[in-house]
Amino acid sequence: MVDAAIGEESIARPRRAASRRGLRNALKRKSTTAFLLTLPLILLIALLVVYPAIYSVHLATLNKSMQRFVGFGNFEFLFKRDTFWLVVKQSCIFAITAVVFKALIGFIVAHFVHNIPAKGQRKWRGMLLVPWVIPPAMSTLAWLWLFDPSYSAFNYTLAFFGIGPIPWTGDAAWARFSVILVNVWYGAPFFMIMYLAALKSVPDQLYEAAAIDGANWWQRIWYVTLPMMRNIIAITTLFSLIVTFANFDIVRILTAGGPLDKTHIFATWAFRVGIEGSDIPLGASVSLFMVPILAVAAIFILRDVNKRGNES
Amino acid sequence: MSRRKLNRRQFVAATAATSAVMIAAPYVRGAYAAGKLSMGFWDHWVPGANQASTDLVNEWAAKEKVEVSIDYITSQGKKIELTIAAEAAAKSGHDLIAMPTWWPHAHAELLEPVNDIMGPIIKENGEVNGTVKYLGQSGGKWLAVPACVGSQIKGPCTRIDLMKKHAGIDVQELYPAGSAPKADSWNTETFLKAAEACQKAGVPFGIGLGETTDSVDSAGAFFQAFGAELVNAKGDVTVKTDAVRQALEFYKRLIAALPPDVASWDDASNNKWLVSGKGAMIMNPPSAWAVAKRDAPQIAEQCWTHGFPAGPKGRFAPFLPYFWSIWSFSKNKEAAKSLIVHLSKPSSIEKMVEASGGYDLPAYEKLTTLKIWQEQGPPKGTLYHYPNPYNHQTLSIAASPAPPKIAQQIYAQATMTKMCLRYAQGEKMETTLAWAEGECEGFMRS
Repeated sequence: MVDAAIGEESIARPRRAASRRGLRNALKRKSTTAFLLTLPLILLIALLVVYPAIYSVHLATLNKSMQRFVGFGNFEFLFKRDTFWLVVKQSCIFAITAVVFKALIGFIVAHFVHNIPAKGQRKWRGMLLVPWVIPPAMSTLAWLWLFDPSYSAFNYTLAFFGIGPIPWTGDAAWARFSVILVNVWYGAPFFMIMYLAALKSVPDQLYEAAAIDGANWWQRIWYVTLPMMRNIIAITTLFSLIVTFANFDIVRILTAGGPLDKTHIFATWAFRVGIEGSDIPLGASVSLFMVPILAVAAIFILRDVNKRGNES
Repeated sequence: MSRRKLNRRQFVAATAATSAVMIAAPYVRGAYAAGKLSMGFWDHWVPGANQASTDLVNEWAAKEKVEVSIDYITSQGKKIELTIAAEAAAKSGHDLIAMPTWWPHAHAELLEPVNDIMGPIIKENGEVNGTVKYLGQSGGKWLAVPACVGSQIKGPCTRIDLMKKHAGIDVQELYPAGSAPKADSWNTETFLKAAEACQKAGVPFGIGLGETTDSVDSAGAFFQAFGAELVNAKGDVTVKTDAVRQALEFYKRLIAALPPDVASWDDASNNKWLVSGKGAMIMNPPSAWAVAKRDAPQIAEQCWTHGFPAGPKGRFAPFLPYFWSIWSFSKNKEAAKSLIVHLSKPSSIEKMVEASGGYDLPAYEKLTTLKIWQEQGPPKGTLYHYPNPYNHQTLSIAASPAPPKIAQQIYAQATMTKMCLRYAQGEKMETTLAWAEGECEGFMRS
């Protein structure tokens, strides 16, 4: 007995000493320090992002009065609703059209700015970023007044040319155009600044080599600029797609989903159903429907970026 | 250092003496002896109206020794609905909260019944209207007490001059200040003719067909005037009826006489329409008139608030009450009830109505003839018929009498205005009805 006890203690002591050394070594490692330093942020994200996300999944599995577990019952219900599929269609139209135009305009404007002499470039960059730095809830109010059904400043101006009045938010097609226009106006500067940064990182030697080979303007863009910007284009598109799919403020302020639900997107319809209709679980289900769509898009885009990263 | 020891006898004697003093001493009430009470009230748009509520609460708090805190929550951006939803989910928040129209029913399971205070309040103030019973009661149980603050009727506000000139209707004669309405001729047919005449004259009626409450409320009142119910009181879908068809035909004619952009109108559009002087009538509480009084006095002095036109099934006007509700998780329910009783006293109600310039409406029958409505102007008596003093019209809410939880969906989704627009834009009647039927079936989920 005594021998055995002494034996156990003698084994445990070096083990404790080893674990203390291990802890000390771990703390000395750069990765551990980095982890500890980012821990507050990780906890903050867990609190503000992960917890609400899990809670919304939980909500989506409850019945309307939030007293009974219904599993996928809310999604089954949604799949049978025509309005839901209208919202899915509109969200896709809204997000894809807006992102395409934002990317296109951002790309063109980035080239213009890139070609401005360095001295005046900062001024232009600053001015072009203005739509992106104004809180959209505020700038959209200005757009609302410009599109006002009865007192539209656009219609007032167009009337001088004998055009209009255009029902900017009163007709389904025009209302869709209006919300996409405002989203493009707001988001294009983000693309512009990202593309400008990418353009600045393309080595001049590549363009010089292309010029020696006799490449014209279009060939320089197609064979030099675009391949060099592929990763940034992919990441920017993914990021913007996520943000645009989840947009709420622009549509809510401009049209609130009308007329006849023709401008509702996921977030605005979720608000209508969940908050205004007091059906929080169904609203949560509508919002969560975006997750798989965006997850699939993210997987494809990030896989492509990763592949190119490994190749290089 | 000596230490005095307490023996058993001394301990018993000291305890007995202390107890005797505590029992015999007079009860001294501290400043906040009755605890704390927090409340979330609707943030009034009329400057100074919140102060009347604050003063009444403070007056009560001083008397009852309760520590109070008031949050005024705006309805802009649906903030008050969001607060209610968040507090219901967290089961924590204010003890007492103002809830608009459908929300007491939406959170019925989480509200403290108030039958014990509603009885005496009704006894003192008179019976409440049917809409308040419909929205505030569930299974004979009062879920909340109707608040006068924020409650409103959205009746016609007409330009006296334009209506007389273009439609030949003298609204002051139909609804004279100080006496009962003589509005038998004021029906949906004369209303349509007047709308068409004013449209021809370039001053169309400004009635929205968007998805916000003003548009929905007007449509609801007209549907009820035709007896059109999308879902009946039992919860059966009753879209495909002649009454609904008649209501849609009526709206098709009306839409042709309205400004072309009404499909995109929100709750501010009709106010702007009246204040700009472009239109002969809107459907609104007197807020638009009050703004005109400040910004365009020459228009305000031509405005007259009055009753809805009668339809084949009666005369209905949209009434949107607010309620004071007590959460079941409140820690001071008795104090909350006591405060609501204080706020529901006729003298308190009169103070709040006066502070709102006559905008707020009590739901009780004895309180529809307060002096403020007789005196407001210009023109004097413009609000005389606003509180429905002669019960000339049935106060109702769009989508009733469907069970409130279904009706709330019809209301929030603006099913009626969408039906009107679809049909007016050329969709076949049966297609519109089939669409609405599908929508209503979707609203049945529990």
